[in-house]
Amino acid sequence: MRSRMARNAFALGSAGLLVFGIAGCNQSTPEESNSQADLKIVEQVQIDENGAEVKAAGDVKPADPTGDGKATCPPVSIAMAGALNGPDAALGINIKNGVQLAIDKHNAANPGCQVQLKPFDTEGDPQKATGIAPQIVDDQYTIGLVGPAFSGETKATGTVFDQAGLVAATASATNPTLSENGWKTFFRGLANDGVQGPSVANYLKNTLGYKKICVVDDSTDYGLGLAIPVRETLGPVADSACNIQVKKGDKDFSAAVTQIKGVSPDAVFYSGYYSEAAPFVQQLKDGGVEATFVSADGTKDPEFVKQAGESSKGSILSCPCGPATGTFAEEYTKKFGQEPGTYSTEGYDLGTIMLKGIDSGAITRPALLDFVKNYNGQGVARNYQWSPTGELTTNLIWIFKVQ
Amino acid sequence: MLMAANINFNVDGLINGFWQLTVDGLSWGAIYALVAVGYTLVFGVLRLINFAHSEIFMLGMFGTYFCLDVILGFTPSGNAYNKGVLLTIVYLAIAMVFAMLVSGSAAVGLEFIAYRPLRRRNARPLTFLITAIGMSFVLQEFVHFILPQLIKGYGGSNAQQPILLVQPKAQFTIFGATVSNVTLVIVVSALVLALATDIAINRTKFGRGIRAVAQDSTTATLMGVSRERIIMTTFLIGGLLAGAAALLYTLKVPQGIIYSGGFLLGIKAFSAAVLGGIGNLRGALLGGLILGVMENYGQALFGTQWRDVVAFVLLVLVLLIRPTGILGESLGKARA
Repeated sequence: MRSRMARNAFALGSAGLLVFGIAGCNQSTPEESNSQADLKIVEQVQIDENGAEVKAAGDVKPADPTGDGKATCPPVSIAMAGALNGPDAALGINIKNGVQLAIDKHNAANPGCQVQLKPFDTEGDPQKATGIAPQIVDDQYTIGLVGPAFSGETKATGTVFDQAGLVAATASATNPTLSENGWKTFFRGLANDGVQGPSVANYLKNTLGYKKICVVDDSTDYGLGLAIPVRETLGPVADSACNIQVKKGDKDFSAAVTQIKGVSPDAVFYSGYYSEAAPFVQQLKDGGVEATFVSADGTKDPEFVKQAGESSKGSILSCPCGPATGTFAEEYTKKFGQEPGTYSTEGYDLGTIMLKGIDSGAITRPALLDFVKNYNGQGVARNYQWSPTGELTTNLIWIFKVQ
Repeated sequence: MLMAANINFNVDGLINGFWQLTVDGLSWGAIYALVAVGYTLVFGVLRLINFAHSEIFMLGMFGTYFCLDVILGFTPSGNAYNKGVLLTIVYLAIAMVFAMLVSGSAAVGLEFIAYRPLRRRNARPLTFLITAIGMSFVLQEFVHFILPQLIKGYGGSNAQQPILLVQPKAQFTIFGATVSNVTLVIVVSALVLALATDIAINRTKFGRGIRAVAQDSTTATLMGVSRERIIMTTFLIGGLLAGAAALLYTLKVPQGIIYSGGFLLGIKAFSAAVLGGIGNLRGALLGGLILGVMENYGQALFGTQWRDVVAFVLLVLVLLIRPTGILGESLGKARA
């Protein structure tokens, strides 16, 4: 038995070597497949809740954190709270880097006013955030906070910041109910989830004129929460014959593709995250569905394009988050060695607003709170002006396209 | 709370798409079947549910990827390569052999590191089970956290950027169902491998050894069968098939190469093994195919989100009627 096994192993081994030999010969010639087009998620327009395009206010320059270079201030600091470690760290780091860039630019230009950034890692966990919030509040040098990043932790800590009178401007928490708590210190630097669904649905229906749309959601709180207003706003345009629910974690959508193909819609709206959207869009294209693929902020991630390749071309993605443009994008890329991510722009803009306040002499918590409350100015992503509850006065959604 | 639970009874969808669903279901079933063999053989020989087998499969996916990326020099782009049929088959064969080697050696290594020391100490069955679950986590987290530091661009929280060798394309239709090239490759290679395994277990000398140990390991040892070697071979066969299944799976789901990618599939394959009668090789193959097909009917009938529910309800129902699975337990007794 042993000798036979040895012989078999030898035969197998040599066959394997032969195969690798062939492979080696071929290795030099794997030509690049259809010249991998450099697909990117590019911003298109801003839309309002009726889906109408809103032109950006032309030549208004975004606020610059450098100021006039003559600002003087005692040592003060701006805190940042969010997930900086763990599985959800990417967003927190995006925001932190945005704030960091604003502060560094400010400090370099204003030797008389050095502001420090104090990052706090909540891991995105409401319980951890509850433990960290008092630390932020107890630091007397801290007069403003960018964060917390997620809705859950913002909800858990809002009261603490409200009682301390500390400005807490979030760059990414989009749960609509956050502004209903009566907190005087809560400011949201972007539109909330209640705005995105109707906006994108109206955009598809009214502006792009689609007649038949399949709405597919991934059964998560986020996916279903977004799909419901989209279906409601679309009304009869959302074809009930392809009202499909899939599950987060699914990678095979053959049944859904067959169903959608039978309906032949103008567009497929996927309400979920990029890890499922990528295989889904690819299987749709492979299955011969020509409809435009539309999705929202859960899919607006470079990973979507990386995973789906050519199939993602022409996909429309909506996001409350603003695009990174102009000198901001260049400086960010230069400083951190990577392009600005989702919510980096919001972090930068909110940081800039607080620095403007500090430069204007608002160096106490009440003064800075007052400054932010009355602020009205253009940022990189949008115009910032808040209602008394801390929502933006103009809630616009950005439309992006993979091209 | 929003309720996601919408059950629809789309009988039309099931009837209209019946053959298409059958074909797609068979290709999934073929993958389940190959992975299920690993569970069933190890259970037959050791009475151990090797929960880490799903991670052996996952490592096979990374093996496939590594082979295509580094050894064969394909650039990940998310776009399909068009290399012509013959060359594509050669590449696929190489990748499959490599994935099989990776998974096979991982399975044997797992046996050597985790289970053999326990056998030496005569550990209780529960200890084996917990070790298996533990090793499953160890392997997952290894790929999640440590692999990215060893090989740049591998592992981590995101799936690998896909390398597509085969662009799914309809080849022919059968009863109105389109059969794509991917389905064809999956079903044909799975059949060949299943047949080879069946012959290896039922017709060869060490196959007889495996069956002997499964039936009565003490007597088998007295008859001159080396139990340790048989156990190693069993893990090896299971690993080899898991590696082959991994390649076939990446053809179907190129975006699925991620540290957690084996988990659900492993549970399904284990269910398939139980469905067919755990410990029974042909039971595992049959159970895999049945599970894949029924699951696909179920998702057409009740809605896509019910796919996993259908699979497990089916398992429960079958076990209620036939507690030992469709073909009955025991590798040793299954001759036919």
